[in-house]
Amino acid sequence: MRANCWMGKNKVQVRNVPDPKILNSRDAIIRITSTTICGSDLHLFNGFIPTMKKGDIMGHEFMGEVVETGPGVTNLRPGDRIVVPFPIACGACNACQHGQFSVCENSNPNAGLAEKIMGHSPAGIFGYSHMLGGFPGGQAEYARVPFADVGPIKIPDDLPDEKVLFLSDVFPTGWMGAEMCEITPGDVIAVWGAGPVGQFAIASAFLMGAERVIAIDRFSYRLRKAERAGAETLNYEDVDVLDALRDMTAGRGPDACIDAVGIEAHHPAPMMYGYDRAKQMARVETDRPFALREAVMACRNGGVVSVIGVYAGMVDKFPMGSFMNRSLTMRGAQCHVQRYLRPLLDRIRAGDIDPSFVISHRMRLDDTPRGYDMFKHKEDECLKVVLTP
Amino acid sequence: MTERDHHNLEGLARGLGWASLGLGAVQLSAPDMVRHMSGVDDSSLSRVMVPLVGVRELFHAAVLLGSRRPGPWVWTRVAGDVMDLTSLGCAVSHRRGKRRRRTMTATAAVAGITAVDLYTAIRAGRRPWAYGLSLHAAITVKRPRDEVYGFWRDLENLPRFMIHLRSVQVIDQRRSRWIAKGPAGKDVEWDAQIVEDRPEELIAWRSAAGARVRNSGSVSFTDAPGGRGTEVRVELRFDPPGGMLGAAFARMLGEHPDQQVRDDMRRFKQVMETGEVVRSEGSPEGVHAIRQLRQRPAQPVMSGGRP
Repeated sequence: MRANCWMGKNKVQVRNVPDPKILNSRDAIIRITSTTICGSDLHLFNGFIPTMKKGDIMGHEFMGEVVETGPGVTNLRPGDRIVVPFPIACGACNACQHGQFSVCENSNPNAGLAEKIMGHSPAGIFGYSHMLGGFPGGQAEYARVPFADVGPIKIPDDLPDEKVLFLSDVFPTGWMGAEMCEITPGDVIAVWGAGPVGQFAIASAFLMGAERVIAIDRFSYRLRKAERAGAETLNYEDVDVLDALRDMTAGRGPDACIDAVGIEAHHPAPMMYGYDRAKQMARVETDRPFALREAVMACRNGGVVSVIGVYAGMVDKFPMGSFMNRSLTMRGAQCHVQRYLRPLLDRIRAGDIDPSFVISHRMRLDDTPRGYDMFKHKEDECLKVVLTP
Repeated sequence: MTERDHHNLEGLARGLGWASLGLGAVQLSAPDMVRHMSGVDDSSLSRVMVPLVGVRELFHAAVLLGSRRPGPWVWTRVAGDVMDLTSLGCAVSHRRGKRRRRTMTATAAVAGITAVDLYTAIRAGRRPWAYGLSLHAAITVKRPRDEVYGFWRDLENLPRFMIHLRSVQVIDQRRSRWIAKGPAGKDVEWDAQIVEDRPEELIAWRSAAGARVRNSGSVSFTDAPGGRGTEVRVELRFDPPGGMLGAAFARMLGEHPDQQVRDDMRRFKQVMETGEVVRSEGSPEGVHAIRQLRQRPAQPVMSGGRP
């Protein structure tokens, strides 16, 4: 089959690779009908996530049609259309039983690697490094889906791929980012990063009853998109974000701040940017947390900082004094996607939201490398690339 | 050796690390002074050698001051001492007069340091192997205690999660025959007997007389608090084949014995909770320390047509 492989920093290639086969009894093999490039794939592309290996198949946001099931899968049959959650989860461990699927205790065969970096291991993730399992991803014609009886959700035929595809990752991720803010009437929510996850966080915050949402980015086309969803916007290259947020909230600060940026944030001041960038290059810091630092500083006293942007390892100069003294709460997670599939599918059906609004480009799987370049350099107002094999 | 002696030795090893740091700093910042003092200021080779030795000293400092158990790392200093003595010996034989005296003084100093290093390395390295190997690991399994105990009590299940076991054959209530994959592809076989069996609490076993690798083990089961399942604690003791050398060699290959037991327990949890060992294309055998170091690419395992 054809699959998009990581071939080193800044290099992906669509190559011929063997077809997947069943390895565990609860596996399913699916023929992929739609897949995407996620913002977090750019962290892999740019070489910021450790333990990638040449030849790794990328992609963790995908859906398709079941073609084969292992003997342990009784709820799916060939021909079923399913959306696959990006974290792999067994459904039986303590974490899964409490709905914390992205920290499944059994789905990462390389848990030992992750433990060295994180203390304990999170769940395995499709196409997202060897410390998260060494599972091939979904930018391919076929994929093996472990624990297919637990994660995937069946999609009725009347909903097109583009409406449900993002249930795999960015929609529930944005949703959970807003949910962690525990929004109550009157709340002002600030969202750093107006990429696809940020857009869904904005939309979700409004659906949960936020009074105002403020989006922060540096690309005007992304901010315009946020405005169309009802958000106010700040371009951090033009204004001092902390001052602006203080003004907009009459001194209080946003009630909750969502970091939808993660490890490759930017800073308008070259000195500040250069400081963390240099440390990243020297490998003494893995993540540049500009957005996170700002979110902590901006948040109102007693507020919540919700972290859904991806972090990999260590950050420096974290404003711990601000966090502790001002009674902040910080929450973070890779999204527990399995938890949200059913309720969010219902919302799509009910017409509360049509997730396809983030799509900017449609391409063939063979053009994936061009998609990565466009997405990375924000060419042609690129926001979300959907690939079809 | 008492606990206290051991503690003192680790302190001595740290002290040697600080000495390396000081010496390395001087050799890098004032190489000419070092060359003069050791009487080799007439050699152009020493212009390169002294800073290089300085870098090496910083390496000693890094490993001795950076590790939790510095003892074994003193061997790197011993190796460095041998190098220094060799080059100084060479220098002495080529010099006369004042320079020769300075070179000989330097040699004597290094010889003295070598003695201290050697003493520390040998003494500090002795302890871990004094009583063979004792390994332990613990894990929480989200299943009721009777079920977890019952699965383990049927010893023939052990190879399903203990990757180094080829098979266990139960002979009777107490006795069983174990076959393990030994080093260099040779199987090791022994008889074991259960020496204690408290249902739903503890199983302890020991190799029978005449086993080539004497070993024993025990596993205990307790309720995890708040309905979290069962806490399983396993302890294995054995004389590693090939003695200390074999164990050190296995460690070099990534077969850290503690890691092995931890891997076994992870697979045990997977088997109990999900029914089988979880595999990925990067780690097709499932959890395995060696495989974690040498991952396959995350690509399907074997070619074969899709219908």
